[in-house]
Amino acid sequence: MRGMGMNKLKCECGHVNPEGTVLCEACGKPIEENQHLDGNREDRLLNMRYDGSARRSLTYNRSVVDKIWSFFSSVKVGIWLIVITLIASAVGTIFPQEIYIPADAPSRDPAVFYESRYGILGKIFYQLGFHNLYSSWWYMLLISLIGISLVICSLDRVVPLYKALKRQKPKRHEVFIRKQRFFSETAGANENSKQQFAEQLKKQRYRIREEDGHIVAEKGRFSRWGPYVNHIGLIIILLASILRLTPVMYKDARVSVREGERIVLPGTDGEYYIKNEKFTVEQYSDDDVRFKDSMKKRGPVDKSYQTDAVIYKVKNDTVPGAEPELEEYRTGAIRMNQPLKFDGYALYQKNYQLNEFKDMSFKLHKQADETAIDTFTIDLTSADQAEYKLKDGYRVKVSNYWPDYYLDDKDKDGARPRSRTPYPRNPAFVFYVYAPGTDKPEVSFAGIGQNIDPTGKNVYKLGIVDFNTRNVSGLTVRRDYTLPVYMAGAVIFMIGVIQGMYWQHRRVWIHPQNGKLLVAAHTNKNWYSLQRDIEKAMVGTGIHMVKDQLETDEGHGSEGDKDGH
Amino acid sequence: MNLEDRKEQKRGKKKKRLLFRLSILAVLLGAVVFAIVTSLQKDKTTYKPGDKAPDFKLEQVNSRNSLDSIQLSKLKGKGVMINFWATFCKPCEAEMPYMQNLYKKYRDKGIEIVAINLDANQLVVNNFIEEYALDFPVVRDKSSNIRDLYRIGPIPSSLFIDKDGVIVEQKLGQLKLRDLEAYFKKIEP
Repeated sequence: MRGMGMNKLKCECGHVNPEGTVLCEACGKPIEENQHLDGNREDRLLNMRYDGSARRSLTYNRSVVDKIWSFFSSVKVGIWLIVITLIASAVGTIFPQEIYIPADAPSRDPAVFYESRYGILGKIFYQLGFHNLYSSWWYMLLISLIGISLVICSLDRVVPLYKALKRQKPKRHEVFIRKQRFFSETAGANENSKQQFAEQLKKQRYRIREEDGHIVAEKGRFSRWGPYVNHIGLIIILLASILRLTPVMYKDARVSVREGERIVLPGTDGEYYIKNEKFTVEQYSDDDVRFKDSMKKRGPVDKSYQTDAVIYKVKNDTVPGAEPELEEYRTGAIRMNQPLKFDGYALYQKNYQLNEFKDMSFKLHKQADETAIDTFTIDLTSADQAEYKLKDGYRVKVSNYWPDYYLDDKDKDGARPRSRTPYPRNPAFVFYVYAPGTDKPEVSFAGIGQNIDPTGKNVYKLGIVDFNTRNVSGLTVRRDYTLPVYMAGAVIFMIGVIQGMYWQHRRVWIHPQNGKLLVAAHTNKNWYSLQRDIEKAMVGTGIHMVKDQLETDEGHGSEGDKDGH
Repeated sequence: MNLEDRKEQKRGKKKKRLLFRLSILAVLLGAVVFAIVTSLQKDKTTYKPGDKAPDFKLEQVNSRNSLDSIQLSKLKGKGVMINFWATFCKPCEAEMPYMQNLYKKYRDKGIEIVAINLDANQLVVNNFIEEYALDFPVVRDKSSNIRDLYRIGPIPSSLFIDKDGVIVEQKLGQLKLRDLEAYFKKIEP
């Protein structure tokens, strides 16, 4: 860069500008050797972007730190980062993410699934890591880089802009005045009309400052900080999402709790227990006018469902596993969108499963005779009792029990009964029936819709006579301390948007010169309102109304008034 | 102000600027590294090798074993294998005979197996123990306390703990006989 000497940046008005300044901070005179930075040309209007202040990144580029800084301070880089992130996010939605691989897929192993279902494209998708995009390190890195770009871009612009606006003087250089978009020149306007003009601007809440007969009237400067305030909001939101990764700030767990069951609440470090007292579902009635037609197609529709829960708190610190002393802490209903809250935790109703078996009653009778010799009930949830003593000396032993029975024909030893889950969804039993006084049992198999006599010679038979069911409630346990942070970020963001959108930074310069009165004006947006302000203020002053030089300007579009991006 | 003073002032400004930029970049870099590292660690919710195994105490339910209850901290001095399992889980079933075989060989060398069962009822557990003639202690985690404490996802999951109560190895999924023996050798006191 040519001419880094001190004197070069000392303006003729006496103000010493930082390196890289385009328009003198004090008087606005274009600093000759820096005009290329904002693309200013002699025959065009001035580019008023950032008031011609020195974006430091454009000037200092020597050490590694400066180079990194100037890389991130480029809005172009920021936009590219956003575009790349957008494209990646879109690609990530082409095939399902790993967690959404359907449960019934032949193989849920992502290495197999994507290729087998989507062919070569699926394989590429998987190998490039798109199957876990939103938590992959490079996606996080992209988001982080956007964050960094946001911080540095803002800092790199807000500081010099602030300084330039603070240092601006009412007395501007003639070139600055003449090259504003709004400009007029009135010969022979006297001191009175100048003062009247200023006075009428003041009535419109312009702040008037005067120096050597030169006047600047200014309004709404704070709207210039809008973009930076909303960037602060965005940065706070990004911070909140980082905080969300720590278990201290954010915990999220799921739990299924059966009616009557009391279990530890996962994610609470064993501090709380939950008991499901009752789970109820309410459905829309079949003749509901609104939903009749759709229910005909897809079956009943839930109106609401809720869990009546009791929360227990551990009273004394015991070794985990040892039965702790619990005290009832809260009772309440958990409904959709109406979580049960306590100590920062919130329990949300997520899903449910109806009619899981709870107990089952059998009757023992002779094959030929349906009259019951006796009945007994098996508690399917614990099924700890192995033998049932019945009337008249009969005994029934539960030899085997499969809570969720299926016949596994893939076993190497041939077909074998197994249980799919530990939950009694399809219970099946092998019973030993002992007649009075015998030690040799009859073996029989009983399940839902099945009653098998393996020998074909059994005298006795066991039949299901009754059963009770219970419901399972699926809950989400969440503790989220980041919500207020998100909220603060969102509010600040919104304040910034409003600040920048609903107010404009308007300035009018009044510049007496050799018996003439030059008037120039600039705003960052809404030029029409500025024009009206000036019109009103000029009433009765005899000063010529400003002309929009952009319309008459040969070359166009060099006025570039947008701040921010 | 003479030229020397100005140069001095300029140098000071440059230094200040460098320091400012450096500290902003350092803070941002710190935040990024923190975010990425914590989010990548989030997948590994189980305790890692090198961590102290959290203590627990559960009733022992295998009638073939003489212990009444198991408290992990009382097993200090022994190498301990913790195995989370259930009867309905096929790979759990597949590794049980290996555990039983090696238990016979290693129990006198100071190794204990604690099989933490996640079934909902006792009967199936008893039948299973009989079927495979298991000799090692079996405990039942009825309220999913210990599973939650150890943040165990899918089963089987095994942890190998040395005589000082520190986790040496963790294995998610089914164990091979050869691996199992290697792990035992590692935690042998």
